[in-house]
Formats: sequence, structure tokens, C-alpha cells
Amino acid sequence: MPPIDPPVDPPVDPPADPPADLAPSASVPEESPEGRRLPAPGPARPADGAPGIRFEKVVKRFGRNVVLRELDFTVAPGERVTLIGPSGSGKTTILRLLMTLERVDGGVIWVGDRPLSHMPRGGRLVPAGERHLHEMRKQIGMVFQQFNLFPNMNVLRNLTEAPVRVLGLSRDEAVERARRLLDMVGLADKIDAHPSQLSGGQQQRVAIARALAMEPKVLLLDEVTSALDPELVVGVQDLLRDIARDSDLTMLCVTHEMNFARDISDRVLMFDRGRIVEEGPPERIFEAPAEQRTRDFLHAVLAS
Amino acid sequence: MSDVLDAYPQLLRGTWTTVQLTVYGAALALVPALVFGLAGTSRHTAVRALNRVYVEFFRGTATLVLMYWLFYALPLVGFRFTPVAAAVLSLGLNVGAYGAEVVRGAVNAVPRAQYEAAVALNFTPWQRMLRVTLPQAVALMLPPFGNLLIELMKGTALVSLITIGDLTFNAQRIRAATGETAATFLVILVVYFAIAQMLQLAVRYAERRVDRMLGRRPDRRAAAAASGAGAVKA
Ligand SMILES: Nc1ncnc2c1ncn2[C@@H]1O[C@H](COP(=O)(O)OP(=O)(O)OP(=O)(O)O)[C@@H](O)[C@H]1O
Ligand SMILES: [Mg+2]
Repeated sequence: MPPIDPPVDPPVDPPADPPADLAPSASVPEESPEGRRLPAPGPARPADGAPGIRFEKVVKRFGRNVVLRELDFTVAPGERVTLIGPSGSGKTTILRLLMTLERVDGGVIWVGDRPLSHMPRGGRLVPAGERHLHEMRKQIGMVFQQFNLFPNMNVLRNLTEAPVRVLGLSRDEAVERARRLLDMVGLADKIDAHPSQLSGGQQQRVAIARALAMEPKVLLLDEVTSALDPELVVGVQDLLRDIARDSDLTMLCVTHEMNFARDISDRVLMFDRGRIVEEGPPERIFEAPAEQRTRDFLHAVLAS
Repeated sequence: MSDVLDAYPQLLRGTWTTVQLTVYGAALALVPALVFGLAGTSRHTAVRALNRVYVEFFRGTATLVLMYWLFYALPLVGFRFTPVAAAVLSLGLNVGAYGAEVVRGAVNAVPRAQYEAAVALNFTPWQRMLRVTLPQAVALMLPPFGNLLIELMKGTALVSLITIGDLTFNAQRIRAATGETAATFLVILVVYFAIAQMLQLAVRYAERRVDRMLGRRPDRRAAAAASGAGAVKA
């Protein structure tokens, strides 16, 4: 079992104001009569159930290379956020932290009203154990640049294995769900195929279906089309557009495809060296970037 | 030569014993190979240390000396083994040490991305190993396992030294009875070779099945489908 070494930093105290909701500051919700906060609406569509995300002074380093330095940012429930920025700016690291593939070296990540990177114990937050991570991961799904389908299973089992073993679905329910998702991604006829018999675009669509089969509330997409041949990119992007339109998932997406980013995102975050240089709605970031770093970056991406 | 072949009941009995020892030894070797091999991939230093201790000890111990220990020395302190138990145990523990290294290497060679995909689907650590990593690692283990199996089979010749009537032991007796040294050893040379070939065939068969499971070797249907698109990738 490959190592994920627990961080050695001292436990972090819980924030003074626990984020019962993670709405942007523009829409601070009132206390409801029962004394609990009202669910905060996402910017575009009401999201029932999809949690928000909050990075609170998150530090991540690899050896002496500090990748994220006290990063703060918030994603509202149901919001679609695209991360852009030059290579090495920490975009993948942010998604991997959310998928619990990396551990934070400082700060706390919150998903909904619960800490992801930590768990409460005796009024303090301590680094999360496997049980807590397992609980928190139920809400989160990820699609990888290289698809990462399981080569020891055919397409159907790629889609049913985790729902059966992890969610406890019956085989029939899982197969039914797999068929519905394969239908949605347009690969109903590949149900018995082996991943190695599929094109890259088909593999990525299966990988998207596999992630959705777990019914996550947060979907993480890391450059999901950049390993594809140009003619296959459109199919995968169209699929993701449909998913963005028809679902209320909270989505974090890393992409270099600016048209695609414009279509699916509510907000674009421009990163450089682990910091947010600029953020705003896609129209403004792409058409009237305020920062020179953003202008240079967009120029470089468009030129390529 | 015909004297040697006339002793065929004895040769057959010996061959059968050799095959049995090979099978039992391999079955026994598989257990420490898996347990200590997986221990070698643990993130806990103490668990990895178990792997090192087992591997270094049994890899560095001559099988024959181990066999003598189990059969002649341990009874002096009250542990008694039948000859076959002593033989199977020493062969299995020795080959298991090499097997553990094979398992460890194979598991570590499965791409980390597979483990990460399994985390993203919220499999538990055991499920990640059992459902994702290990099945893929098996494909990498089989060829070296095939080598070890044949090594083990040849190693069984040592058991004649603790009075077990295997092929080599019976051959010695036939040679003594007939005086046909060259003919006797030629016959058992051929028999050992034939057994090795049989084992090799079995391992090849297993390799093909695992390759098919991993989609590395397209079955006929897939090959037909792919042939339209040109060369089939190996
Ligand atoms: N496992 C690792 N070990 C050491 N350093 C790492 C590791 N993963 C990432 N880094 C470093 O962290 C920094 C940020 O990497 P990250 O992959 O998050 O960048 P990115 O913004 O996704 O870049 P790209 O656009 O090229 O994908 C880089 O300097 C990289 O070298
Ligand atoms: Mg990246």
C-alpha cells in the first residue's frame, strides 16, 4: 500500500467561525428561526446537496518547494470554477489535495461544513485518519488526464465495481446505473469491451461515467482532454457541457481550452506560483484581464 | 539400458514423488511470498522490516542445510518432522523468499495512477490492493514465478539426501542394482527435463489468461475488430 505520510505539523485550531455554509461573501445568509443557517444558493442555480469548498491558509510543499503558501479561496455550493495558470502553478496540486491524494502541510480544507484534511477531536482539528477520509471522499469524484481506467476489468466492471463494493449497491442496481451512464456518454455498445479496445476519447468518457457512478457532489476535472487527439476533444467537452448543464455538481476544472472554460464555468481563477493572481467571470477574465500576468498567460495559451 | 527401463515402476514412483514435492513446495512457497512480499510494500517501516528479515534469512540459507536442520537437528530439541514435511518446508521457505521479492517488485511496478484512481473511487486500502493493484501485479509476477517453479522442481533432488524416495533417490538405487550409471542418469535427465517443460507450459497458459484479462493480448473477436484498423498493438 503506497505511502501517504501524515503531516507532522501541530494540529490546527478550528476557525473561529466554522463555515456552516460557504457562500461568497456577497450573499451572507441570515440565521433561520431554528438557529441554523439557511443553505446558500450558488450563483447560477440552486444546488441542493452539493457542498461548497473552502481553502483556509492551505500550505503544501514538496520537500523544500513550497507549492501553496497559505492559499485562501472559496467555491460556492454548485459553483463551477475553472483554474488556469502556467505550468507548475499548483492547479493539479489543488485538485489532488481535494481528492485526498496529497496531504496538506498547513491550514485546513473544508468541504461543506466539515473539514476534509482534518477531523475534529476534543475541540481541536487533527490530521484526518483513513476513516474520516473515506467518509469525506463519498462526496468527491475525480477524472484524470490519463483516464486511469482499470485494465483488469472490462468497461462494465469499471463502472460497477466501486458502486457495489463501496456504496453497497446490489449488482443489478449497479449494472442498471452503469447502463444509464454509458448511454449518457454514448458508449452503450462498449459495455463488454476492454479499456484497451477503446480510443482515448472513449476511455475518457468511460472514466467520466465511472466517476459519476459514485454520485459525487463535487467533481474534479484535471485537464481531461489534454491527452486526447484533437478530433476526440470535442466529444468529451460536449459531454461535460451536458453534465454541467443538467446537474448541480460543484465542479473544479483545470483546462487550457478557453472556449470550454467559458462555456462551463461561473468563475475563473488565474493562478501563478500557488497564488490567485486574478479571478472573475470567464467573460471578464478572457476579454478584459486586469493583470499583466493573466494577459501574458492568455496570450501564450492562445498562441499555442 | 533395458535393465534401467525395466525398473520403470521405481522410476514412476520416484517421478510421482518429485512432482508431489514440487506441487506442495510451490503451494507452501506462495504463502510467504504473498504475505512477506506485500509486507515489503507497506508504508510502515516495521512491516517492511519483516519482509527484509524473512527474505534475507531464507534467501541466504542453503536449502539443504535448512533441510538438515529440520530433519536432523530440530528433533534433538523435541521438534520432529517427517522427511516430507522437512523437505517441503525447507523448499517452500527458501523459494518463498525469492517469491516475496517477485511479489514486492510486481506490486511496486503497478502504476501509481491506478492506486490513485482507486482512492478517487473511495475503495478501502484492502480493496485497492485486492481489486486493483494485485490483479495487475499478477501479470508481472507470472514469468519470474515460472522460473522459480522450475528451480524448485530441480531443487527437490536434494530430498534424496534425507531418505525420501524421489526420482534421484530411486535412480541411485537402480544404478546400484544394475551398474548402468550413464543410462540411469540419462533417463532421469530426460524425465526432469520433461517435467520442467510441463511446468513451463502451465505457466505459459496462465500468462495468456492473465494477459487476456488485462486486454494485452486481444482475443479472437477483438483481433478481428482491430484488424480493420491496421496493426494490432502487442
Ligand atoms: N509529487 C510531487 N513531488 C514533488 N514535487 C511535486 C509533486 N507534484 C507536484 N510537484 C511540484 O509542485 C508544483 C506544482 O505542480 P502542479 O502539478 O500542481 O502544477 P500545475 O499547475 O498542475 O501544472 P501543469 O499545468 O503543468 O499541469 C510544481 O513545481 C511541481 O514540480
Ligand atoms: Mg497539472
